[in-house]
Amino acid sequence: MDYAASFYFTGAEIALSLAGLVLLLVVAWTGERTARAVTIAAVAALFGAAFWAGHLLLDQSFALGADAFGGLYRMDGFANFAKLLIYLATIAVLIVTPRFFDARGQYRGEYPILMLFNAVGMSMMVSAVDLMTLYIGLELSSLSSYVLASFLRNDMRSSEAGLKYFILGALASGIILYGMSLVYGFAGSTQYERIRLVFAEDFPTGALFGVVFVLAGLAFKIAAVPFHMWTPDVYEGAPTPVTAFFASAPKVAAVAMLMRMALDPFGSQSDAWQQIVIFAALASIVVGALGAIGQNNLKRVLAYSSINNVGFILIGLATATPAGASATLVYLAIYVPMTIGSFTALLMLRAPTGEPLETFDDIRGLSTRRPVLALCVLVLMFSLAGIPPLFGFWGKFVVFQAAVQADLVALAAIGIAASVIGAFYYLKFIKVMFFDEPEGQLETSSPVSHWAVLVISAVLMSPLGYLLTPMLGDVADQAAGSLFFAI
Amino acid sequence: MIGIEHYIIVSSILFVLGVLGIFANRKNIIVILMSIELILLSVNLNLVAFSAFLGDLVGQVFAMFVLTVAAGEAAIGLAILVIYFRGRGTIAVDSVDRLKG
Repeated sequence: MDYAASFYFTGAEIALSLAGLVLLLVVAWTGERTARAVTIAAVAALFGAAFWAGHLLLDQSFALGADAFGGLYRMDGFANFAKLLIYLATIAVLIVTPRFFDARGQYRGEYPILMLFNAVGMSMMVSAVDLMTLYIGLELSSLSSYVLASFLRNDMRSSEAGLKYFILGALASGIILYGMSLVYGFAGSTQYERIRLVFAEDFPTGALFGVVFVLAGLAFKIAAVPFHMWTPDVYEGAPTPVTAFFASAPKVAAVAMLMRMALDPFGSQSDAWQQIVIFAALASIVVGALGAIGQNNLKRVLAYSSINNVGFILIGLATATPAGASATLVYLAIYVPMTIGSFTALLMLRAPTGEPLETFDDIRGLSTRRPVLALCVLVLMFSLAGIPPLFGFWGKFVVFQAAVQADLVALAAIGIAASVIGAFYYLKFIKVMFFDEPEGQLETSSPVSHWAVLVISAVLMSPLGYLLTPMLGDVADQAAGSLFFAI
Repeated sequence: MIGIEHYIIVSSILFVLGVLGIFANRKNIIVILMSIELILLSVNLNLVAFSAFLGDLVGQVFAMFVLTVAAGEAAIGLAILVIYFRGRGTIAVDSVDRLKG
């Protein structure tokens, strides 16, 4: 085993772990005074990690990927693409967080540190090629997420969200783990490569049980129907920046992990899991579109919107082709700024007293009181609905194109029909913001950090985003290719 | 003679008991934490039995990792439960109903 190469490939994770440990000591030593400085240091560490992942992604000598630590860990274009998205999403969330907690006087230094460890866990998830590495990464990410969800200790909704997330998340981890133990027993190894070779020759019923258990647990982690029931509650109860985080980075990590899992160790048995993924995709699209219709709380609406989006992401995976994997990555890259932008807009809605506002009633007539904010929300909502001049359309387009190429025409057709239904509640935002009479009190100024993140994501989602499509397509194709090369 | 299938049957019974303990229990959240531990222990039994059966040490190493993570998970679960209890003064499962819609 070549340790120098292994450390080189895992540079981002090692740097983030060290930064997390050092900053933890700093916080323990200095208390809450340094919370801001620790946040800045954490953002800097994440920028470094993102730079490292980008550097490895663009280095053509690693185009096909390389193993680290004796086949426990794989560095390839796919992992680096996902890591880049994860780090950038975490940075955006860390930038908007302090001003949210400021209003409630509860910002503490643990927050950026939990985010750093969460980022390390997510990087391990996307790079794992061994069930053990995968489990450790998954738990590192999940355990810090439970704490983040209940971060507002005095807020009953936050602690209830943390409790719900913890119980259902621990159950999902148990289900995944039980599936892993069966896969290990029937394949005789925890390494993806060995599992693939064994399952290609012999796939007993017990192993099928294992695969189904693992997929069910992972469906929980990405909030796909029928394991989505926790999502609206947790998204509503958790502090808004944490919700923005849950809807972006961990989703990217879990989807990437699911893709690698489905296509690598279980790749030879794609018949066994394809039906499950197709069902989950369809059900998520339909439930996500219908569930949001009666909701009044904007965070719940966005939670259903994220369930809906997971359905589109799973369509790409259901094809089990490199084109489908590439389409999924493009969709993820568009989805992350879209969802972070939407939640940032939500963060900026507050009463003059600092109380967060989060229902449809609160955004009535927003266009007359905060025209620029309303315009940004308009762009983001049209983009989420997939209306053509905006960039969100491109993600849906590439996913449906991959589905049609893989002969999943029915899946694509139902997906398009459901996205028309889903457009209802995105358009409701526009109707309420632009055509209703304003009521209630609204804070009319917002911090620069919130504006920066909102405007960047709105510009990315505007038609200007199409300038990125050639580059995004190339990088995603290459990343998907590296995933399939190992197979 | 006790074979591998006996171990798998016991561990699957434990697993089902754990899952039922989470869903069927309406009284106490601590019982849910215990059920989660039961699930993880059934997994460990599976891993160790397979490891002995296959003559492969990896399963036992995996079981060690699971034990460690289970300890961390229980600690975090209890910490969240303490915050929750401070706010609500109860840990009955039926009381967890602020968020719905």
